[in-house]
Amino acid sequence: MNFYSDNDVLKFYLQHPEMKKIAALKEQGFVDHGTFDDAPADAEEALENYDRVMDLVGEIAGDVVAPNAEAVDHEGPRVENGRVVYAAGTQQNHDTLRQAGLYGFSLPRKYNGLNFPYVAYIMTSDIIARADVGFATIWGLQDCAETISTFASEELKQRFIPRIYEGATCSMDLTEPDAGSDLQSVRLKATLDEKAGCWRLNGVKRFITNGDADIHLVLARSEEGTTDGRGLSYFVYDRAEGGLTVRRIENKMGIKGSPTAELVFNNAPAYLIGERRMGLIKYVMTLMNDARLGVGSQSVGLCEACCREAEAYAAEREQFGHAINQFAAVRDLLTTMRARTDAARSLLYETARMVDTYKAYEAKGSMTADERKDYKHALRWADLLTPILKLSSSEFSNRNAYDCIQVHGGSGFMKEYACERLYRDARILSIYEGTSQLQVVAATKGIVNGGYLAMIEEYDAREIDASLHPLRNLLRMATADYRKLFEMQEKYAGDEYDFKRMLTDTLAGIIMGYLLIDDVNRQLNDTTLQVRSLLPSARHMCAYAYSESQRSVAMCTAFAEQM
Amino acid sequence: MNADGTVNRAALPAIFNPEDLKALEMALQVKEQLGDTEVVVLTMGPERAATIIRESLSRGADRGIIISDARFAGSDTLATSYALSCAISKIGQVDLVMGGRQAIDGDTAQVGPQVAEKLNLPQITYAERLVAVDGKSITVTRRLDNGVETVQAPLPALVTVTASAADCRYPHAHRLLRFAKTRPEIWNADDVNPDFSRLGKNGSPTKVKKIDNVVLAHKESQRVGDNKEELNALMATLVADHIVG
Repeated sequence: MNFYSDNDVLKFYLQHPEMKKIAALKEQGFVDHGTFDDAPADAEEALENYDRVMDLVGEIAGDVVAPNAEAVDHEGPRVENGRVVYAAGTQQNHDTLRQAGLYGFSLPRKYNGLNFPYVAYIMTSDIIARADVGFATIWGLQDCAETISTFASEELKQRFIPRIYEGATCSMDLTEPDAGSDLQSVRLKATLDEKAGCWRLNGVKRFITNGDADIHLVLARSEEGTTDGRGLSYFVYDRAEGGLTVRRIENKMGIKGSPTAELVFNNAPAYLIGERRMGLIKYVMTLMNDARLGVGSQSVGLCEACCREAEAYAAEREQFGHAINQFAAVRDLLTTMRARTDAARSLLYETARMVDTYKAYEAKGSMTADERKDYKHALRWADLLTPILKLSSSEFSNRNAYDCIQVHGGSGFMKEYACERLYRDARILSIYEGTSQLQVVAATKGIVNGGYLAMIEEYDAREIDASLHPLRNLLRMATADYRKLFEMQEKYAGDEYDFKRMLTDTLAGIIMGYLLIDDVNRQLNDTTLQVRSLLPSARHMCAYAYSESQRSVAMCTAFAEQM
Repeated sequence: MNADGTVNRAALPAIFNPEDLKALEMALQVKEQLGDTEVVVLTMGPERAATIIRESLSRGADRGIIISDARFAGSDTLATSYALSCAISKIGQVDLVMGGRQAIDGDTAQVGPQVAEKLNLPQITYAERLVAVDGKSITVTRRLDNGVETVQAPLPALVTVTASAADCRYPHAHRLLRFAKTRPEIWNADDVNPDFSRLGKNGSPTKVKKIDNVVLAHKESQRVGDNKEELNALMATLVADHIVG
């Protein structure tokens, strides 16, 4: 099994028209060509390279990670002599990917990285999460290298980044018993040890994914007497230097292969990343957006896994003399699941393209006026799309997991089928790296300042095939509803959060609808693309957007009248 | 198939013979243990076999050579092993020749041993696991019908690797990109200085008369007629054996 080549939509997104621009930006005019023998000479070759490596990742995901998933779920990690030991399958997954030279995916070549863009990196996470979303958390933490690469001193980069390519594992140590969603309350103490030339960490971290990693990024209070986010700094800690004890690992409902640890730091030596006081407000905020994009990719991978499990079962299971996928009621479940998956995936790669674009400009430094405009646009859109992606994709993954069991009927309730594991694994996706509720709050700014409306107008202005106009009309009606809702805001008698949630869900449907229309339009214009039609999913999503908007308007109107 | 019963390789996709892939893995393990070693992949076939060479390079081989020439066409195992042994002689100082036990098409398992005979090398067949290797000898386990044998051979030697050996490692991402467009060395018949009468069809005493498709059946299988008596007899046996009921 190859989880890349058996899913042609992935290549479709690698071939997106924007990808050549992104490849050229990421390669900064292809300067590495000639210096590094795996560096591409032009955008075309860069895209071929992405395809080749994705094929390798797909093969490993299909042949190694997926077959290990069930045993990993049963076995889980354990603590031995104060160290976390992975389940055998987890270790095999990690070793296989390491030996294939795949860690350090988006890092510069001078650190042995592949210098691949976010779209490609996010695609690996999509592919691996389909095989095992628990393992995708471990794979995804290589993102920590990106933080070090962007913000740390050259000395720290030289010390830590090459180790990630060699397979050193990473963790992001943010959460504490009293600081979950509210990271401003972090208490873990950092004191400068001038004699030793480092900082000393003391305190407790909780719910740390991959908590016994080789390299830790730790959010700690460096400014004594402060109580808010401005007293926090970000540190890198090397597990080999001691001073850290794993107190326990959690017994979780899902993603059981991914160890979640409680850590006690006792005078652990650590090194400051970037500037003091910038820990939360700059560095963690930046990586949090990346992490949300990561959860988006995990959610899409899990959505895909649910579709595959349900489709396979429905093709095989017979009732009343027919395979159950012949029954309209089951087909409805399957097409809805497929539509959610396609919609979330389209949004995922749109967001990743925006992140790629703005990050590549930032890495480049100097920009022309046009480039600066493009940069700001991409940055703004990345910020607008990220919460919508995290919210929608993680909620969709949970609904897909629910429907996947529904397709299996009674069998789905038994432990024999993978859908049971998927159902448990999905549950964390709408919680970690910012709950769905926090994503609604994060989207508020764009709702209030009109950012989303401007985005929708831009999508709407794109030329599309006439056959797609009826679908676009649905979105135009939904957008009119959205404006109406927005104006009703002051009159709305219900809870303020409730209102924001309605607006956000409506927006998400509209945006995903436009993105799928865009995709179908590309399919209509370029018949050389060998990919299944996304039209059924586009139809479904446009109808969904309109039904969300109608439902919201009806409810608000009724509440206002009832007052 | 060609009309003369030989395999029409031009019509087949170039795939990596599974046991050759395992032999490549063992060769890479030898390299890991010895260090200063070059792994050269040699194949005979059409130029399309370049994909096999590229794959070998991406998995860790150092060099790849295809011997390709219309004059090799129609070779049986004798002519194939002759052509390969000429190429190996040309490569020069070879310490170990490793290959899969057999190909998945012909299933003869003759080429390896025949190459060893022609090059006058000691041979180990059915190798499963590399136990040790140094500059003077190699020790491997052999998988036999009812056990495992550990054997040692002085170098240079030839080893054929069996299906139960370790799977080959995955391609390495950087190597995959580095060698994606590599054009392997291609040698023609003249390059390997052969006795031309021993090449291709001329050098192949095997003449395939006819090839039939067969339906594979288990060794202990038994055919039961589709009539009531025989089916009843089968059921009675199954019940008596406590397999059903």
